[in-house]
Amino acid sequence: MSPKSPRLSDALEGKEVVICAGSGGVGKTTTSAAIATGLAARGMKVCVLTIDPAKRLADSLGLAELGNDARRVEPKLFEQQGIEMKGELWAMMLDPKATFDELIARQAPDEESRDRVLENPIYQQISGALAGSQEYMAMEKLFELHTEGGYDVLVLDTPPSRNALDFLEAPGRLTQFIEGKSLKVFMKPTGFAAKVAGRGATVALSVMKRILGFDLIADLAEFFNAFSGMVDGFQARAKRVNKLLASPTTCFLVVCGPQGEPIDEAVYFHRKLVEAKLPFGGVNVNKVHYPAEKLRGEAEDLPAVLAEKLGDEDLARRVAANFSDYQALAERDARNIEHLAREMRATGVIRVPYLDEDVHDLAGLAQINRYLFATGEERVAMAAGRA
Amino acid sequence: MVIVTGKGGVGKTTVSVALGMRAAAEGKRTIVCEVAAQENASRMFEHTTVGFHEVELEENLWAISIDPDESMREYVLLQLKVRAMRDMLFRSRIFNYLAAATPGLKELVTIGKIWELAQLDRKVKSGRKYDLVIVDAPATGHGVGFLQTPRTFANIARVGPIHSQAQTLDNFITDHDNTGVAIVALPEEMPVNESAALEHDLVEEVGVAVDRVYLNGLYPERFSKDEAESLSALAAGEDGAPKAAARAALSEFGRARSQRAQLARLRRRAQAPVKTLPFLFEPDLGPEAARRLSKRLT
Repeated sequence: MSPKSPRLSDALEGKEVVICAGSGGVGKTTTSAAIATGLAARGMKVCVLTIDPAKRLADSLGLAELGNDARRVEPKLFEQQGIEMKGELWAMMLDPKATFDELIARQAPDEESRDRVLENPIYQQISGALAGSQEYMAMEKLFELHTEGGYDVLVLDTPPSRNALDFLEAPGRLTQFIEGKSLKVFMKPTGFAAKVAGRGATVALSVMKRILGFDLIADLAEFFNAFSGMVDGFQARAKRVNKLLASPTTCFLVVCGPQGEPIDEAVYFHRKLVEAKLPFGGVNVNKVHYPAEKLRGEAEDLPAVLAEKLGDEDLARRVAANFSDYQALAERDARNIEHLAREMRATGVIRVPYLDEDVHDLAGLAQINRYLFATGEERVAMAAGRA
Repeated sequence: MVIVTGKGGVGKTTVSVALGMRAAAEGKRTIVCEVAAQENASRMFEHTTVGFHEVELEENLWAISIDPDESMREYVLLQLKVRAMRDMLFRSRIFNYLAAATPGLKELVTIGKIWELAQLDRKVKSGRKYDLVIVDAPATGHGVGFLQTPRTFANIARVGPIHSQAQTLDNFITDHDNTGVAIVALPEEMPVNESAALEHDLVEEVGVAVDRVYLNGLYPERFSKDEAESLSALAAGEDGAPKAAARAALSEFGRARSQRAQLARLRRRAQAPVKTLPFLFEPDLGPEAARRLSKRLT
């Protein structure tokens, strides 16, 4: 990859899993869909997965709705946007509860254990409602699809978490959560392990009973007990999920916006990726104000020049003031992106301009796709046609 | 109490701080609570670091960043009353296991801390009394799950101390007289759709009262249609600053116009009254930006 003109297609070469990560509101869904579109256009069979409860992906792909099964996006729709679809684009929206149920059904040694978990009231509450289960299930579905091998590339739009790290920690938490062994042991006061663990543990348990109430502890123990036959299966699975995430055929793309706060979060997230030894593929900044670089200095007598051309001094003043506002935003963006590139030691930051039109349909997606897959120089040239 | 929620990146923190400033200026003792340890509010007040303690930002205005682990320690201490017993519990492997593995426990203790802050009879010794608690809540998707946590726990623990405490928290969140939700939206197609869906879920599923929808970042209407037309010739002309300036003006005109269309859509779809907040052409949004927004709030 030449440092001056990073090409997304180079970063994605040979990748089987592309994970778009970043804080909320930075255009992750659009970026995921545009990347998937670009790879599919190049001849690959691609599936883009989202867990977004807000149906953003369906909106941007022109699909009325998405379900827990992948659906193919009509190639004709892309032809209308001037994109020739050599491969196939599929999309799905994860249903965390259904995915969790499927996982239990697969891991349960027999029907009785399966039903015991599925009918457990604690399971029913946590599998659908609680924060965190979305992340568990995103990883799970990704792993399942990758193992089945029906697609060349999987693109994952990570859940709209405020903290992008939740997602990285999901497989570990899944194991921890299923692995209720220690609790079960303590629930049997006559158990050998309880004796070995000694008095401290017994006191801890009695204190916990005081805080939580005995019934809740008993319910939790029953819940973990119901999972008992599946613990080994879950552990093995979580290990394989982690292996997939760290694989050289996986790549994490950090998506962010040009403002200070998303940039800081992207830097932090990148550091965590490096610490966790996960493969960082690049960074994509959305909604960037491109500066009119060559114009500095020339803009000083702008109100006068504009007044002459427009024949309206008041309008000229307002146009000049607006221009300087825009330039200030462009300069801020450039500063922030420079900081980002330095912190990440990234060879190239992909900058997608703030388009005049709101990006929410296939036409917008096609436009983003063209920016993403262009070289740095091409992007500047494309953006020069805009403010 | 006011819970500020919305999709990520819409400016929830700025709106939360602005609401706090507004209330503080009216003489209400106000605290802005951040969850998920993001420290966004301290970013707004550059030199102050807000941690898990109540920090005074200015007259009548405090902030706290609610850390779930600290909330848990505080909660357990309030239950056990004896510090040594608490520390013993926190050293125990089984307790740590349970605390880390139980999904939603972090959210539950976070809401518990918010509840504690809102009490006039504070549980924490020497805790101040606040007239208003503003919560900078997690983003959409998680936002609904976050607010539903107490009910989920109340259902899981059918009886016992956790049940009654979770029930108290749920009643607190769904108390229409004392707790209101403000949704922050952006004037774009998908954020408008999501805000309408979020309002529906919050009202129908969580049962909270949504009092306001703030449409944040609305571009000013700087140019009229006629002016835009006279600028388009210049924008198509030769290169240079005038052309770039004309393009910037046309871009502003286009965004301002499409945003007005989104505002109209939001007004049609939202049940609660929609208020607008202007886009601020400022490189970095600091306390002064929040203060200016606070004057525009109603």
